Amino acid sequence: MNSLFALIAAAGTYATVLMFGTMGEILTEKSGNLNLGVEGIMYMGGILGLVAANRYEAIVGEANSIGFVAILVAILGAFAAGALAGLLFSFITVTLRANQNVTGLAMTTFGTGVAKFVGEIMRTKLNGYVSVSNHLKEAFSFKFMPDFLKNIPIIGPIFFNQVHFFYMGIILAVVIHLFLTKTKTGLYLRAVGESPVTADAAGINITAYKYIATAVGGGISAIGGMVFTMTTAGCVWIEASLSGIGWLSVALVIFCTWKPMNSIWGSMLFGSLMIMYLWIIIPGIPTEIYKILPYVVTLVVLIISSIRNNKDKQPPASLGVNYFREER
Amino acid sequence: MSDVKKTPLIRLAKRDAMDPKYAMLIRIGSILLALIIGSIPIILTGVNPFKAYGVIIKGSLSNSIYLKQTIKIAIPLLVCSLAIGPCFKMKFWNIGAEGQLTFGAICSAFVAINLGGKIPSLLCILLMAIAGALGGGLWGFLPGLFKAKFNTNETLFTLMMNYIAIGLGAWLQGGPWEGRKGTQIVPMFDKSTYLPEVFGVQCGWIVALLLVVFMHIYMNYTKHGYEVAVIGDSENTARYAGMNVGWIMMRTMILSGAICGIAGFLVLAGANHTFTKTIANGVGFTAITVSWLSQLNAFVMIAITALLAVISKGSSTLNKQLQVPTAVSEIVSGVLLFCMLSSEFFINYKIIFRSKADKEVKA
Repeated sequence: MNSLFALIAAAGTYATVLMFGTMGEILTEKSGNLNLGVEGIMYMGGILGLVAANRYEAIVGEANSIGFVAILVAILGAFAAGALAGLLFSFITVTLRANQNVTGLAMTTFGTGVAKFVGEIMRTKLNGYVSVSNHLKEAFSFKFMPDFLKNIPIIGPIFFNQVHFFYMGIILAVVIHLFLTKTKTGLYLRAVGESPVTADAAGINITAYKYIATAVGGGISAIGGMVFTMTTAGCVWIEASLSGIGWLSVALVIFCTWKPMNSIWGSMLFGSLMIMYLWIIIPGIPTEIYKILPYVVTLVVLIISSIRNNKDKQPPASLGVNYFREER
Repeated sequence: MSDVKKTPLIRLAKRDAMDPKYAMLIRIGSILLALIIGSIPIILTGVNPFKAYGVIIKGSLSNSIYLKQTIKIAIPLLVCSLAIGPCFKMKFWNIGAEGQLTFGAICSAFVAINLGGKIPSLLCILLMAIAGALGGGLWGFLPGLFKAKFNTNETLFTLMMNYIAIGLGAWLQGGPWEGRKGTQIVPMFDKSTYLPEVFGVQCGWIVALLLVVFMHIYMNYTKHGYEVAVIGDSENTARYAGMNVGWIMMRTMILSGAICGIAGFLVLAGANHTFTKTIANGVGFTAITVSWLSQLNAFVMIAITALLAVISKGSSTLNKQLQVPTAVSEIVSGVLLFCMLSSEFFINYKIIFRSKADKEVKA
């Protein structure tokens, strides 16, 4: 039992990455845009967050660099990359009306390409590898909660011994939840995703909502990629290690039934499943099989919710379908 | 509120049909634009883009070794694109080619590992092909079944199936099928499982070309193809006409999955001669874009596949000769897909600016 709690505690960082990736995609999908480019977006966030922090340190000098500012710069760098990708996606699918699935897949190809390219260029230009100094590394993985909270049995390590991005993710989940359920803008956004025809008739600017939701969503997803490079990967660019995280986030969106609050425990669960093979060895079940579990679980959720046809557990009704006013 | 409503600055109108010549010009223009945008990362590495594109073309087509490797890349891509065609025609968003290919390859490899060298070569290869088709077919059938019975979202279903297949592959590669312990490598198959070569390239290219013809006929001249097209246009119409929509969906998905499975078999028996979990290597995803961009025309798929294969092979030569990162291939492919996707807009819609519209009104 103890190792189970230790596992959940250790999964926190991985969960944070998934949380950002998932919340970004939830916001995007609420507008009816199914952006399958999350994988590429998180790749770009991963490298550009690192590059931003690295450049910041190069400009102000190692001695003058401040952890807080570096984190801010990394967040901004990643967010900008993701938001630009989201805008590009919206431009191609909303304005130029191209198929969303195909555009998303092209975005994945493009994004991973850009990330690998930038990583390679940085590596050759700065001969060696791109990283940040040790005190910044510590700042990125700093666990700021006081010791007496960390030392509470069981819940201490799980809830209080986590990196600050973890708490940022939780706050963001609450904010997005409140935004979607309690504000007028959030209601409009959901209307755009559920029934663009109705929303359009009500005078809601569909195009603007889709653009903004997809751009902000892309930005949030990209922060997830940055969190991965700056914490789990130890502020170094290892291109292969990010692979699959974006797709896992897409899966998690389904698992969470498009509710940001569910992404908190959902990503803890998925994070645990992803690193479970390091902690708990069940005889007879090979570790590789553990890694399939998140996808199997998601599939089961998808099937059950479609069989039950629960109204509140369905994808946004117009998900993946472009809206053309004149084809109404 | 002003009572004079101005016409919007930019208006859009759907074109009836564009002269195919102009449509072609726009498409070629979009490819050129993509190559221009794609030269930005090449310039950033300090290489002359003209020279780089020259190397890409020379490095993929100029001699028989390069050409063979390019064809090797193109075969599974073309086969998967063909497989996805009917699904998209039906507006069934099958993005599971990656998984269908992988699971087909797993089944094929199962036959090769257990029967390779024990039965006559031809029989073994035939069994591998059948196993591949069955495996891929099963992987396609499941999402089709759930879509037909419960209207389960097929995009998300097929996406999950990809990772389940790849995960199973990872387990087999590192577990039951592992050669020497700890290597994570499946031993090479028995020589009797190798596909014969024709003109120095595995005969998979013949299979691929036969499939092009088959798909063209299937989609355009058979009852099945017609039913698929009707469902794609309107599911309700198909129902009123008395078609069994659920069964047609499942049938089409089995066919699509089976062809992807055959692509897996071709890679396995024709090129790799061993199994790795990365056997699909993104081909299933790229095939989706190829299929869509060719507007489900089997012959156009050959051209787009060739273009992407040239970029892919050419950039690995570019990397060896001029040290440009291989990721350039992904960037250029990505930009190419963006541009080609966008170009369809200019083929389907007219953009009308205000001044012109006003004149039309006065006249």
